Amino acid sequence: MSTDNQKQLVEGTATLAEKLQAMAEKARELAEQTPEILANAAATHGDGAPFIVTAFTVFILACFVGYYVVWKVTPALHSPLMGITNAISSVIIVGALIAAGPMDWGFSKVMGLLAVILASINIFGGFIVTRRMLHMFKKKG
Amino acid sequence: METFASFAYLIASVCFIMALRGLSSPETARQGLMFGMVGMGIAIITTLMLPIVASYFWILLCIAIGGSIGATIAHKIEMTALPQLVAAFHSLVGLAAVFVAVSAFYNPEAYHIGVFGDIHTGSLIEMSLGAAIGAVTFTGSIIAWGKLQGTISGKPVTFAGQHQLNAGLGLLMILLVILLCATNATFYMWAIIAVALALGILMIIPIGGADMPVIVSMLNSYSGWAAAGIGFTLQNNLLIITGALVGASGAILSYIMCKGMNRSFLNVLLGGFGGEQAAGGGGDTGDKNAKIGAADDAAYIMKNASSVIIVPGYGMAVAQAQHALREMADILKKEGVTVRYAIHPVAGRMPGHMNVLLAEANVPYDEVLELEDINRDFAQTDVVYVIGANDITNPAAKNDSTSPIYGMPVLDVEKSKTVLFVKRSLGSGYAGIDNPLFYQDHTLMLLGDAKKMTEDIVKALEE
Repeated sequence: MSTDNQKQLVEGTATLAEKLQAMAEKARELAEQTPEILANAAATHGDGAPFIVTAFTVFILACFVGYYVVWKVTPALHSPLMGITNAISSVIIVGALIAAGPMDWGFSKVMGLLAVILASINIFGGFIVTRRMLHMFKKKG
Repeated sequence: METFASFAYLIASVCFIMALRGLSSPETARQGLMFGMVGMGIAIITTLMLPIVASYFWILLCIAIGGSIGATIAHKIEMTALPQLVAAFHSLVGLAAVFVAVSAFYNPEAYHIGVFGDIHTGSLIEMSLGAAIGAVTFTGSIIAWGKLQGTISGKPVTFAGQHQLNAGLGLLMILLVILLCATNATFYMWAIIAVALALGILMIIPIGGADMPVIVSMLNSYSGWAAAGIGFTLQNNLLIITGALVGASGAILSYIMCKGMNRSFLNVLLGGFGGEQAAGGGGDTGDKNAKIGAADDAAYIMKNASSVIIVPGYGMAVAQAQHALREMADILKKEGVTVRYAIHPVAGRMPGHMNVLLAEANVPYDEVLELEDINRDFAQTDVVYVIGANDITNPAAKNDSTSPIYGMPVLDVEKSKTVLFVKRSLGSGYAGIDNPLFYQDHTLMLLGDAKKMTEDIVKALEE
């Protein structure tokens, strides 16, 4: 009885070892392919395909956040809300700064600098006019 | 550096969300504004630290120029002119979006979206969307500014085939985007911008001056979508998040304004409302007689009342009567009269405009109530003082299904014991609609300029 059991155990271990070896082989093959796969992934990223998915996720979630946050804004402060949204939509200055960043002059840089001026008018104007509005809101007494 | 920048942009995005969150009550609003400014600071400084931004002199000079122009305008502007200012600011965001899109088109390497003449198709679509929405926002806001400022007539400009023309231009734009993606040619980029600029003008000219609250909110929303479009092009989450926040905010405000007028958004966009052709409805003036009163009568009635509700409208803002109004309220309060203000959602020329004007005149914000919060109280109120408002108090909106404003939510002023109605003449409101309120037994018409009349009442009260 016990010898039979031992025999089965040895056989089982042997097949397990074989299987493990085969798996190790596969893993090695995969590992060899990894740089290639990563390179492919990077290439598709360059094409913008995966980014558009992330970007769209972010966009839709932000729309929902905006929806719920803005409904909570008291109607009395709807004008300051427009002032603030106006100022923060000028975050487009980020794109303008990158365009205006390079050392050498070109059409692109000039466009970028013009956009920097426009966005700055808005940022300063929007925040300051909102601050003026909010300073007026006072409680009774 | 890229990872660091992404995290910094995330913090900036959270700051912007907190900024909007702060506006849920006047107590936290200033803190919210602080969040907004910190977020913008983080965004700008992080971008300046990116390796691609190498030359600082011109950038800092441009920020200084733009910043001082913006600061000067914001400090000088009268609160009455707030809607025009906001419209003007929207146009700048739109134009900035166009510039950024054009610059990305000519120098795509800076944003890793290809090389000039061979930009990835997805990026081209996003870029042209950003540029087109930006261009529509730019010209549309300029027209809205002109109508609010009075530079352009507030009357709707309509002509035959107008909507067909707009639809045609829209289709042309889609065709141009397809051609741009197929050829990468510079010409199509500029053509898209040109068509969008024309479309912006054509879309706003048929819309009457009184519908501008909706339009200003809509353009607010557009400026957000333009920023989001540019965010997609530049693969920048901060721009996408902020654009979506602003877009959602403007859309909600437009919705609230439309609901305040009981109009569908499409109906406002198709325009034509507020012109001479809308002068129908309630043409049966018949033998109606209005009671005309003087400032002394009004002063006497209000002094002896125990509660007064003031209903201001845009006419109050035009006459700059808010300070005189607050003086009147102060005297009444000293006499032991309860004074409150009732604000209709479309009372001003932009969302929340009336609240700002009253706050400017030092009216405490807890005395100023919105339509749904105060409408039930009119029945228990002795005197309602309507100043510079008309259509938002018209009972015809509730009981005359032939009236052009039928179904619009109105303030139930006719339920109070006495209505004092300050008005220049017995003419009708912006939509040419007769107001049955004028001819009620318990209405006293105070004919004259809103500011002069209120000052006269103040004098009479002081005697």
